[in-house]
Amino acid sequence: MSTLLRLATAGSVDDGKSTLVGRLLHDSKSVMSDQLEKIASPSDLALLTDGLRAEREQGITIDVAYRYFATPRRRFVLADTPGHVQYTRNMVTGASTAELVVLVVDARRGVTEQTRRHAAVAGLLRVPSLVLAVNKMDLVGWSEEVFAAIADDLDYPGEVTAIPISALTGDNVVTPSEHMDWYAGPTVLEFLETAETGEDLTALPARLPVQYVIKTRGRRAYAGQLTGGILHVGERVVVQPGGRTTTVAGIDVLGEPVTMAWAPQSIAVRLADDLDVSRGALISPAATAPGTTRELRATVCHLHEKALTVGEKVLVKHTTRTVHAVVEHIGTGGPLGVNDIGDVVVRTAADLAVDDYAESRITGACLLIDPGDGATRSAGMISVG
Amino acid sequence: MTTTTHLEALEAEAAHIMRETAGEFDRPVLLFSGGKDSIVMLHVAAKAFAPAPVPFPLLHVDTGHNFPEVIEFRDRVTAGLRLEVASVQDYIDRGALPDVPERNGLQTTPLLDAIEAGGHDAVFGGGRRDEEKARAKERVFSLRDEFGGWDPRRQRPELWNLYNGRHNPGEHVRVFPLSNWTELDVWQYIAAEDIALPSIYYAHERAVFDRRGMWLCPGAWGGHGERLVRRTVRYRTVGDMSCTGAVESAARTPGEVIEEIAASRITERGATRADDRLAEAAMEDRKREGYF
Ligand SMILES: Nc1nc2c(ncn2[C@@H]2O[C@H](COP(=O)(O)OP(=O)(O)O)[C@@H](O)[C@H]2O)c(=O)[nH]1
Ligand SMILES: [Mg+2]
Repeated sequence: MSTLLRLATAGSVDDGKSTLVGRLLHDSKSVMSDQLEKIASPSDLALLTDGLRAEREQGITIDVAYRYFATPRRRFVLADTPGHVQYTRNMVTGASTAELVVLVVDARRGVTEQTRRHAAVAGLLRVPSLVLAVNKMDLVGWSEEVFAAIADDLDYPGEVTAIPISALTGDNVVTPSEHMDWYAGPTVLEFLETAETGEDLTALPARLPVQYVIKTRGRRAYAGQLTGGILHVGERVVVQPGGRTTTVAGIDVLGEPVTMAWAPQSIAVRLADDLDVSRGALISPAATAPGTTRELRATVCHLHEKALTVGEKVLVKHTTRTVHAVVEHIGTGGPLGVNDIGDVVVRTAADLAVDDYAESRITGACLLIDPGDGATRSAGMISVG
Repeated sequence: MTTTTHLEALEAEAAHIMRETAGEFDRPVLLFSGGKDSIVMLHVAAKAFAPAPVPFPLLHVDTGHNFPEVIEFRDRVTAGLRLEVASVQDYIDRGALPDVPERNGLQTTPLLDAIEAGGHDAVFGGGRRDEEKARAKERVFSLRDEFGGWDPRRQRPELWNLYNGRHNPGEHVRVFPLSNWTELDVWQYIAAEDIALPSIYYAHERAVFDRRGMWLCPGAWGGHGERLVRRTVRYRTVGDMSCTGAVESAARTPGEVIEEIAASRITERGATRADDRLAEAAMEDRKREGYF
């Protein structure tokens, strides 16, 4: 089992995400006493993550906060995300690297449109596991019927575990509830400590996007982080774009020579032949290399106030490669506004070697960037075939 | 066999961030204070570009109130590297900055001037998100405006490991390769890699005085005429002497420090930084003005 779990919160504003995070940190004894001084009552727990002046003044979460905590069983990197529709892009930021999402619902309101939107985004980002935390059970008389109705009301493409909780009182967050003896499942923390994420990067085909060329005494080594798979010295590899094949002559893991390396190690490889390889190239085993394309198809989350329109010029950032492109087609026909999700086709000025996002959350992902001001406009999940 | 430990994953991520920066920017610079986070950053940089030298210079903002052990350490480990020094004392001497006792806030102007003079478009900082709650909100690639300012409401979405470093002329990007490290991770890495640190990180005897519940050592910022006591202390952070407090400690090795912080109930900034105790949003306000 992995020693590190990356997770993100999600759900409508005021359903209790930040309070839940504060409760998790507090009850797992991950909050230091100097931070604790600021928490006068449980209703202040959200202040542990709402760290910006504007957030404290307005009592809402505006941007993702990353918190780190550990139990004897696991280490956690937690992204507490905002619930407001206008800050969905920040929720997307937090969820993009998460292996698990805790979707918080207010038991009185049930699953709202915003809850569904977040579940859809997490599903689209292929977060493998989702905890549906039905919160504020104290306000619905700890009712099993209310919980069951909400637990039944959500569709998710991955694994779903529903847990009835009260972030305010702490029931079923770290400590089992004394008010809900009808519930026999794990607390939120117990579940997080044991959750299988099913993400084994080394089982994927090997991919090394070249970040930087290290030149010494006429020798060139291609530096990058393996996004998947295992790479061996002596292996036949192909360099894309271009498609020339060669052999791996040597591998260093941050300066140490090795005979094999695996994801997510940062490595540098030397190749047997003197090919033209620069930043943006992709090195993969010849047998399992991805295809290349200039017609990129992707489902995008549009993240910017300026709408995305057909005919518009953009930059596509895919791994370490950035290429010019034009938006050729948008599924709905019309422009994509902020927080809209849609299928697009972009025509790129040069070949991109891509995987399907379902295969890899790294080599299947891309950004659309504004060539004018450099803003990140959309996040794209690539479809192949 | 093909597993990766937590520390190896953090190291690989930091190297990835540094290589992205070296690949995307023309003139990166690494802020080097002689503190443990910047020492770890330099250590990762040396490994990330090995066997070639680190492809960017270092920049130290010297407040003039530095611990002598730290300056001596800085000069030793940066020998043979390109080191730029921005001196707060020079600004004070020519009247460009006021001679106030606590100099931490004075670093911003010399820092921004040095970034501009060096034409630096990317600036590596050793900030970690676990340090402070405004830092917990900052991106790995943090765009700064022409005046070096940070606007938390205008941060770019930062997805996956795709860092967008595009910026307009005059703007620059602060890059935080250790974003996801905790204080404990830093110490475990120091122990695992056997990294040398300035001696003041380990327990030693020192004459100190009490300032708002923190042990400070005497200097222009105070301690004269106040009651000095000898204590066995070490520093959890190393900043300007005027506002960096020592903690009582018997930890003399990285292993003992790890045990100590694993049991500690107080954060490193809470324990040691007068500047952050001043106000709830002290760090956010300094970052908006262009601070690290
Ligand atoms: N009664 C009750 N109130 C809660 C519970 N969890 C959160 N709250 C309150 O709901 C409000 C919104 O909580 P917050 O954590 O800021 O929600 P967020 O917008 O999802 O982060 C605050 O006033 C909390 O004190 C709960 O379990 N029970
Ligand atoms: Mg919140």
